[in-house]
Amino acid sequence: MAAPRELKITPIRNGTVIDHIGNGLSLEVLRIIGVGDLDKDSTVSVALHVRSQKMGWKDIVKVENMELSPRKVNAIALIAPTATISIIRDYKVREKRPVDLPEHIVGVARCPNPNCITNRGEPVESEFEVARRRPVVLRCVYCERQMDDFLAHLI
Amino acid sequence: MALKGRDIISIKDLSRDEIEEILKVAHRMIPIAEGSKIDRRLDGTILALAFLEPSTRTRLSFDTAAQRLGGRTITIADPTTSSVAKGETLSDTVRMLSGYADALVLRHPNEGAARLAGQMSDKPVINAGDGAGQHPTQTLTDLATIQEAHGTLSGLRVVLLGDLKYGRTVHSLAHALALFGAEITLVSPPSLKLPDEVTEHLDQMGARVHEEEQLHRALRDADVLYVTRIQKERFGDETEYAKVAGSYRIDSAILSGAKQRLIVMHPLPRLGEIAPEVDASPHAAYFRQAFLGVPVRMGLLSLVMTGKGT
Ligand SMILES: Nc1ncnc2c1ncn2[C@@H]1O[C@H](COP(=O)(O)OP(=O)(O)OP(=O)(O)O)[C@@H](O)[C@H]1O
Ligand SMILES: [Mg+2]
Ligand SMILES: [Zn+2]
Repeated sequence: MAAPRELKITPIRNGTVIDHIGNGLSLEVLRIIGVGDLDKDSTVSVALHVRSQKMGWKDIVKVENMELSPRKVNAIALIAPTATISIIRDYKVREKRPVDLPEHIVGVARCPNPNCITNRGEPVESEFEVARRRPVVLRCVYCERQMDDFLAHLI
Repeated sequence: MALKGRDIISIKDLSRDEIEEILKVAHRMIPIAEGSKIDRRLDGTILALAFLEPSTRTRLSFDTAAQRLGGRTITIADPTTSSVAKGETLSDTVRMLSGYADALVLRHPNEGAARLAGQMSDKPVINAGDGAGQHPTQTLTDLATIQEAHGTLSGLRVVLLGDLKYGRTVHSLAHALALFGAEITLVSPPSLKLPDEVTEHLDQMGARVHEEEQLHRALRDADVLYVTRIQKERFGDETEYAKVAGSYRIDSAILSGAKQRLIVMHPLPRLGEIAPEVDASPHAAYFRQAFLGVPVRMGLLSLVMTGKGT
């Protein structure tokens, strides 16, 4: 049996594959995942600039022994809206879904408005609602400021 | 209608029906606000006025509104001499006040402060201005002024003039006018146009909005002229400011081409946008607008604190 074309890196037994990440965005995805917090025996592999039929070029991140929290999935959905997340168990894809942005995004990004009350040391998490999808624009629930440059504001 | 116990943070939180209800009650409050009728429906209540940014006008109008209805008020009028100056968070200030009072009125320098206060307080919070954010009682007052002058809010032609970019009052007013199906004409210098975000929002509401460069043309069939303050700080140089300020100055000459029933409004204080000669004309509605701030706040306090309308 021919090896799947994309499995350029060692297969993992259990873990998560984040595929179809926009070209060059995998390092941001790694930052969201928080590689430092992982189980010390886990392997993290990153494939940069991989040929893709659908999107020309893409990045892939594979992490052993980890499943993403909903909050991290939301953060990935913001900066890499084309990504798909596959859960691998016993070398097999058990679940695969596109990242999906919920109506409310809590604690993922800072409000770009420096004068917003959420940036003033109050005991409150940032919260946005989706003002527009494709391309995504978020609106701060508190000050109503809109934002579309999420990379600069991730927490 | 369930306004009792509600936070009043943004005009966008209110439906058309709710706005109409508030205006109806506000209208009935006029004789009480004038002192010709007594009504003590807020007797026994305490309203906290938390002005963590000074605003004497707005504070006094809320204070007057509560007292006209027999209510009492406790006040933070100067944040520099209160616990806030010691670095207390807004969240803590609000939780403390909501233990003392039956409702809170908040003025704060940061956008979104009132929304946060609403979450922290178990008593209703009324936003009296949060930074460059929302100021719903100003908008309600504007609507009450238009309604009183024209008997309706629907189908009117409203001109918004001046600083449409930074002037938060016009953004909220434009939303409310769109809710009532008014036709909105925008007149502003290119650098102070309505932000795209607001224009898009109005489009989504299906509002009829257009721009006009010539003020006299915009005024021809207008029912309302809403004048905003044009601040010097918004301009790079003095001459540019002087030019803009001069071309948008409202005087008898420019109003001579307008309809008899046109009203001129301004959130006050004015900085020379309207010539004093206009004050005596039947068009001048800005002093009435200032007065109506009291019955509007009375109506709102009555509905929010007691649920009582008529
Ligand atoms: N055992 C494994 N270890 C590491 N990666 C795996 C493993 N099994 C699958 N993958 C990767 O998980 C992702 C989803 O697997 P799948 O077999 O569904 O891929 P696909 O057929 O290329 O589908 P797609 O249309 O999502 O690209 C791919 O990126 C694949 O390379
Ligand atoms: Mg594939
Ligand atoms: Zn904000």
